[in-house]
Amino acid sequence: MKPEALLYSTPRGLYCERGDFYIDPVQPVERALITHGHADHARSGHAKVLATRETLDIMAIRYGETFCGEAQSIALGERLSINGVTVSFYPAGHVLGSAQIRVEAEGTRIVVSGDYKRRRDPTCAGFEPVPCDVFITEATFGLPVFHHPDDKDEIAKLLTSLRQFPERTHLVGAYALGKAQRVIALLREAGYHEPIFIHGALAKLCTYYQECGIPLGDLRPATIEGGDRQSFAGQIVIGPPAAFADRWARRFPDPLAIFASGWMLVRQRAKQRGVELPMIISDHCDWPELLATITEIAPSQVWVTHGREEALVRWCELQGIPARPLHLVGYEDEGD
Amino acid sequence: MHAFAELLDRLVLTPQRNAKIKLMADYFRSAPDPDRGYALASLAGTLTLSTVKPQLLKQLVLERMDEVLFQYSYDYVGDLAETISLVWEPAGDGTLEPIDLSLGAIVRKLQSASRADVHGVVRTLLDQLDGSSRFAFLKLITGGMRIGVSARLVKQALADMGGVDVVEIETLWHGLEPPYLDLFRWLEGKSEKPSLSMPAVFHSVMLATPLAESDVAALDPADFAAEWKWDGIRVQFANLAGTRRLYSRSGDDISGAFPDILDAATFEGIIDGELLVGGTMRSNRATRSFSDLQQRLNRKTVTRKMLEEYPAFIRGYDLLFAGEEDIRGRNFVERRERLEAVIDASPPDRFDLSPLVPFSSWEELDSLRRAPPDPVIEGIMLKRLDSPYTAGRMKGPWFKWKRDPYNVDAVLMYAQRGHGKRSSYYSDFTFGVWTDKDGADALVPVGKAYFGFTDAELEILDRYVRENTIERFGPVRSLRAEPDHGFVVEVAFEGINFSTRHKSGVAMRFPRIARLRQDKLPREADRLETLTAMIAAPEPP
Repeated sequence: MKPEALLYSTPRGLYCERGDFYIDPVQPVERALITHGHADHARSGHAKVLATRETLDIMAIRYGETFCGEAQSIALGERLSINGVTVSFYPAGHVLGSAQIRVEAEGTRIVVSGDYKRRRDPTCAGFEPVPCDVFITEATFGLPVFHHPDDKDEIAKLLTSLRQFPERTHLVGAYALGKAQRVIALLREAGYHEPIFIHGALAKLCTYYQECGIPLGDLRPATIEGGDRQSFAGQIVIGPPAAFADRWARRFPDPLAIFASGWMLVRQRAKQRGVELPMIISDHCDWPELLATITEIAPSQVWVTHGREEALVRWCELQGIPARPLHLVGYEDEGD
Repeated sequence: MHAFAELLDRLVLTPQRNAKIKLMADYFRSAPDPDRGYALASLAGTLTLSTVKPQLLKQLVLERMDEVLFQYSYDYVGDLAETISLVWEPAGDGTLEPIDLSLGAIVRKLQSASRADVHGVVRTLLDQLDGSSRFAFLKLITGGMRIGVSARLVKQALADMGGVDVVEIETLWHGLEPPYLDLFRWLEGKSEKPSLSMPAVFHSVMLATPLAESDVAALDPADFAAEWKWDGIRVQFANLAGTRRLYSRSGDDISGAFPDILDAATFEGIIDGELLVGGTMRSNRATRSFSDLQQRLNRKTVTRKMLEEYPAFIRGYDLLFAGEEDIRGRNFVERRERLEAVIDASPPDRFDLSPLVPFSSWEELDSLRRAPPDPVIEGIMLKRLDSPYTAGRMKGPWFKWKRDPYNVDAVLMYAQRGHGKRSSYYSDFTFGVWTDKDGADALVPVGKAYFGFTDAELEILDRYVRENTIERFGPVRSLRAEPDHGFVVEVAFEGINFSTRHKSGVAMRFPRIARLRQDKLPREADRLETLTAMIAAPEPP
């Protein structure tokens, strides 16, 4: 069958009419397949949800146990039939539990990548290329400017700064799901074993990662005990980026603003946000990785979604690969 | 190169002065010679590289990249050097012949490259440098660091590194050259302080800080000498061991344009003074205005006619060297006595003395300041009688007490986007005032200003521009400016003169936007006649 008939975009999200289910819908629906736990992809209020065990756990942590009517977990690689449409999940390398979803019917195979990356990440399973006819790729960093550096060098920048400015609190902004844990794990790999202080919004998710067997070392709440502000001098404090503009950040002595994000590659971006030390660490593909992935999977068509569709579509055209933007609404990049 | 690139990346984003100093001092401590010397030169603005045109860079990048994709990228990033540093895909696959990528090697390579080679050299370097280094390299060759670091701050970092006073660095500075090997050796305690081999080099000038109302109460008039602040340009004139040099305040050699002064010198030594045109006090002819002086500035050579029409002279303020004797350590009174003797013996049409202004109270001096005896005076200088001549701008020994600025209300007419961190803002404004044109009122542009406002005010101005554009000419937007609809700003400026180069016939000096006057309608803004009336007036209204 024609791929456009198997999956198409609707105001509620990407819809499979034959199987009567949505993938990462932005509004409550009867049946939803969820790629990963970031809030713009995983919303509460669906009747039925199908996702990996970890994604379901993360949704329960974020929204409470009653986040949906009926939750069903699916193992990676397991094939399941929904109204005659076969669905299967494969690792996407984005955050813990993240998956690509393959949808098949009458010999037509579409892979919805969700958000994905190709770099090694100590906190989740690596991306697996899956053969398909249509590859739906994200394009968060879909511009030739994006070349993410080695994350080891970015972590080294933070450690150097700690030595240079031992009197300042190193305040790291990192998204609560995925990025924060990855930064912590990378710091541990780099030999940093001091306690790391975390904002309350990170606590449950960090505990969950540790329960899943991902060691994060000594984590402590970033609260002032006994009113000694100075105890944070020279320490690493990690919190969600939004908390930095908050009064919360004022409790720390002479804070040095750091932000771990792929956007930090562009200096003006960092400057506009008042970031002093940008750490270019992304949970998405950079431009060369997007191109390499499309080349490797070699689908007969590419559909491009959330991000900078036009550049990636242009590149596909130059390569002779049929491509079109898939205008999905409602996705911000929580986990960039 | 990588360490230098990292330093630049940090400096761009670090707002605190002390943190910047620390970053630079740490870099100078850890980087090898001659890399750190070239880094120092590039930060302090003393590195001379023939710059590469943006057009060439664009050509290089388009050799490898689809133009549409480049345009998407450039639109997103906004800065050409940064865009290229980010999109550059090294050709080849690790088979490139490795070359020395240290900053020193790169600078030498660029300095020795012929015009025809530049293309290839730049391409090879872009291929081999990492992303961050590419950015630093492109900034280096396009000649605009714009990273919020002044030469003074760099010198402070050097002082911190070596544990010496910044005055010592300033004193030495102009006798040294990139890559500053002797300087670093001394700062690391490995050798004696470098000595200046040629005495006629420029010596950093002593600068004054503005006098605030609050300072006055704490100062005793008996401790200070006062003299007029003349409206020319500050210069240093050296005549030692057969070498004559005239330097601008920042150390640029401007000797070529002033043979009249060079030839007239009869003394040996170095004097600090004001360069002016017209008659000296000793010749009893009037000193002429700054706009007359401008006829002689920014020229490499000068015609006989210019020399006759705009004769230049130096009005002496201070004496740094008497013959070869360095007298900067003596106090002001002693130096002044020696200066008087030097000027007395010099040709009276080329050298005179800036007279002291006797006063006994600050009130008395203030009233003299408000009604100076000569239109070429722009305020008063206060110098502590016991102060030595120290390089740089330190608060305490010297103060400048300027005339109050002039003010007019003007209407915004055109706006242009700024550069660097202001590249997303309309921050350069052309403003105008009303004049009669064929019997009707019309706005005529009288100046441009791109500072004076706060960040919050810039947001307001930028929004006004975006919402009130009536026409675009390339990067310039023409704004709605009618008697009852437009944006009025209060413009402050230091002086105003007739000008044949401007349509309005007047030119302002140092204009800036002092206040936004959203409470005023354009019809209430000032008229050109108000401005021309200020030209004759010695005192602002």
